[in-house]
Amino acid sequence: MSEMNENPLDILPEVLLAASAVLGLLLGAWLPRRRQWLVGLLAAVAASAGIVATAVAAARPDVTAFGEAFTVDPVTSTSRIVVLAAVLLVLALFARPFHAHARESETYVLLQLSALGALVMAGAQDLLLLSAGYLLASIPAYTLAGFRKDGPGTEAALKYYVVGALLGVLMLAGITVLYAVGRATGYPSLGPTLSEAPEGLVAAGAVGLLAGVLFKAGAVPAHFWVPDAVQGSTAPVAAFLTTIPKIGALAALLRLGEAVLADSGMPWPEVVAVIAAASMALGNLAAFFQDDVKRLLAYSTISQVGYLLLPVAVTGRSDLAQPALLYYLAAYAVTNLGAFAVVCALPRATRLADYRGLARRAPLLAASLVICLLGLVGTPPTAVFVGKLEAFSAAIDGGYTWLAILAAINTVASLFYYLRWIGPAVSRGNGAALTDGDRSARGVAYAAALISVGLGLAAGPVLPALGSSLAT
Amino acid sequence: MLTALVFAPTAVALLLLALPSRIPVRALRAVWVATAAAELGLVVALWAGYRTGGGIQHELQARWIPNAGVSYHIGIDGLSLPLLALTCILFLACALYSLRENRRFREFAALFLFLQTTCLGLFVSLDLILFFVFFDLSIVAMFFIIAGWGHRDAKRAALKFFLYTFIGSLALLLGFIGLYLAAAPHTFDIVDLTRQNPLAGRSTYAALVLLAVVIGLAVKTPTVPFHTWLPPAHTEAPAAGSAILAGVLLKMGTYGFLRIAMPLLPDAWRRFAIVLVVVGVVSVLHGALVALAQTDFKRMVAYTSVNHMGYIILAVGAAAATADTSAQARSLAITGSVTQMVSHGLITGALFLLAGVLYERGRTYEMSAYGGLAATAPVFAALTGAAAFASLGLPGFSGFIAEFQIFTGSLGPRPLATALSVLGILLTAGLFLRALRQILMGPLRLPDAPGTPRAFPDVRAHEYAGILPLLVLAVILGVAPRFLLDVIEPASRTVLEQLAR
Repeated sequence: MSEMNENPLDILPEVLLAASAVLGLLLGAWLPRRRQWLVGLLAAVAASAGIVATAVAAARPDVTAFGEAFTVDPVTSTSRIVVLAAVLLVLALFARPFHAHARESETYVLLQLSALGALVMAGAQDLLLLSAGYLLASIPAYTLAGFRKDGPGTEAALKYYVVGALLGVLMLAGITVLYAVGRATGYPSLGPTLSEAPEGLVAAGAVGLLAGVLFKAGAVPAHFWVPDAVQGSTAPVAAFLTTIPKIGALAALLRLGEAVLADSGMPWPEVVAVIAAASMALGNLAAFFQDDVKRLLAYSTISQVGYLLLPVAVTGRSDLAQPALLYYLAAYAVTNLGAFAVVCALPRATRLADYRGLARRAPLLAASLVICLLGLVGTPPTAVFVGKLEAFSAAIDGGYTWLAILAAINTVASLFYYLRWIGPAVSRGNGAALTDGDRSARGVAYAAALISVGLGLAAGPVLPALGSSLAT
Repeated sequence: MLTALVFAPTAVALLLLALPSRIPVRALRAVWVATAAAELGLVVALWAGYRTGGGIQHELQARWIPNAGVSYHIGIDGLSLPLLALTCILFLACALYSLRENRRFREFAALFLFLQTTCLGLFVSLDLILFFVFFDLSIVAMFFIIAGWGHRDAKRAALKFFLYTFIGSLALLLGFIGLYLAAAPHTFDIVDLTRQNPLAGRSTYAALVLLAVVIGLAVKTPTVPFHTWLPPAHTEAPAAGSAILAGVLLKMGTYGFLRIAMPLLPDAWRRFAIVLVVVGVVSVLHGALVALAQTDFKRMVAYTSVNHMGYIILAVGAAAATADTSAQARSLAITGSVTQMVSHGLITGALFLLAGVLYERGRTYEMSAYGGLAATAPVFAALTGAAAFASLGLPGFSGFIAEFQIFTGSLGPRPLATALSVLGILLTAGLFLRALRQILMGPLRLPDAPGTPRAFPDVRAHEYAGILPLLVLAVILGVAPRFLLDVIEPASRTVLEQLAR
């Protein structure tokens, strides 16, 4: 793998996304307002083509691009498919609320650029490319968060931006330190040198680096932005913010752990385990008495990152870690989007009590909500159940039984607040806020619920594809 | 065949939900009863074709998630067949009993059919994850039944039920993962794991895994001290829901002891069996004493479940006592525990349905609100009397056979514990006689809360159709239990052999 590889076809999905974003920007300047949905269609075509290209590329052996800065291996391939599929679902969520909006085409462009950033983070094998991916994933997202230009939207964008800028700078500082002590930024050469570098400096650099990645993942202690940004932005944007950047960030974390930091002086598994435990516990406890559905889901995503970090903590110690993380990422993405899609479908219902009587009014939507929420808990046979099963197995296999037990306890705790939402939804009564639904968001909710159950049942063929080892 | 048996109810449930809303409710009722009857017919056919002592039959193994060591592996043996039959009988009884259910009948029937799938699926599972899937889904279905059709405080009770049993299920899952990781190659297959006995000689690890598995199953059973979810869940659930909860869902825990904990962790089980004996005795006595203190009829029956399940725990614990006691006695204890599962399902199912009759007429379970019902409702009185006597273990009923076997089998290995448990019979006899005197004898007294009808009409045909067969079966098993014991005995010997490794 050492020879230079500059074949742009290897990064075809990324190229497609970038090209469609640029083309969409030009088209948007030229199209009349009523026709701007064509930009969205273009984005959907690009994402679909990207999925096909990924599927074709995944059958070939692993390659690297940009020298060794970007790698195409199972982690990248899975992240690509998950991100692009999530982009498709989010595009469907955007379609109705942004239709004929003054800045409709810009929304699609920003979405694609941010997703591109997440893809770059997922495939980056070089700290500099990782930071580039971080910036690309973040800046369009700040704009999207404040897209509504009202009070809460501005607050959301501001908070998101300030925290992101601060932690981004910390990340660059951390990369600088690591570069100084390791004399390289590429993971393959950085990994061995770091194991001999001064431990203090490595730890300082790693903490800075983690600050940025954890910000994108929305994990404790870089989670402050999540509830406010999610509550302040529109529901479709919130769905995007809590799903797509996390995928890139967690894939990047897995790679960092495996190739760079696991053997360094830094106690990688312990640090990640503590972050995981804190994210689960804090997310769950804070979600307990939330009455606003978006805020509740925001805290729920923080706790989900905690579970997702379980396999990251034992990367390199258990063969189960990688497939567990990748499978869980896919399961999380579709289930979380499904829950948000229900929120998008009922724009007037913002509080839990507003969902009273949903089962009567819209039985299928209520069923999707129940499936997605129980899915987030990890009730079989949904996809997250298999994800959790794999994650727990990986953690116990890697010697972190206490973390798996903690995760199980947290799962039970999380059940409490999900049931607080399911309860009104299936009970009698009539919610006045359950009117004027968004048809395409409903479709997304149904589809997500179906995929969530389908992916859980079809875990057999999916898991082996995620199992092969990282390219090094 | 087994797959059809397991998934047919869910298929019918989906069909019910998909039917257009102008279909008359009568047709929905007919579909539900016909499905339940067909399921029972299938089980009878299975039973007829069952070779006693032939090990696992109708076995089917298909790839599901091979990378995670999970397969779709099902089959039946002498432990699962009686419970399959019990499940189908109780669901048919509930279908008949619920013929007059008017509140959202379509969803009610669909949930029960789905619940039937989870119960049947659990008893045929030969894979830990498959077992777990059905275990968890049964909780989900029962949650919606309690929350949707329960009485006053149903939401709270449903939440408590869900949280409590879900904690148990996650403990169980951790135990399963422990077993999975210990096996080489990693697998969740119960048959494989039984053969491998992967935790032999690893005492600490095995103890931890056993702890997780036992906690998970004990919550579901439930035993003291994990029983606190049961009374509210039972009291608030609709009558048919309580009958299924007590009759079938509780058996998932005790069945798990025989199917998973004993064969897969024999060393650890033998080492810690004394703990189970103690827990069993405490459950027996605590359940009976607390039941004695109840003034609410349904709550009282709920606590007697804790007592009756305690006998099973005592038996499975006593069966592990080694060496100096004869294998035949221990085999008797295990056979008795399976018989007790079936017997308790039938009798308690009938008692909860009778409690439903009481509530439907008087809108309260408070025993002091009633009196002298024997005069106005003789059939109700006769059925309640029969069910109560069956439950306290009178000879001639299935409960006697089961408890007799349990006590005879356990007395040798654990004399003190068994002697203490026999007191439980005395207590239950006392409390049931007191309840019968209160409700049935004396001058007529009916609850006169505003809105309650004054009259107390006797048992209606559909209620009769649900309750009577359960009691008839309890009598048949009490008089001629041989056909059941023939199925169970070889399986309990197998369990003992696996335990003795």
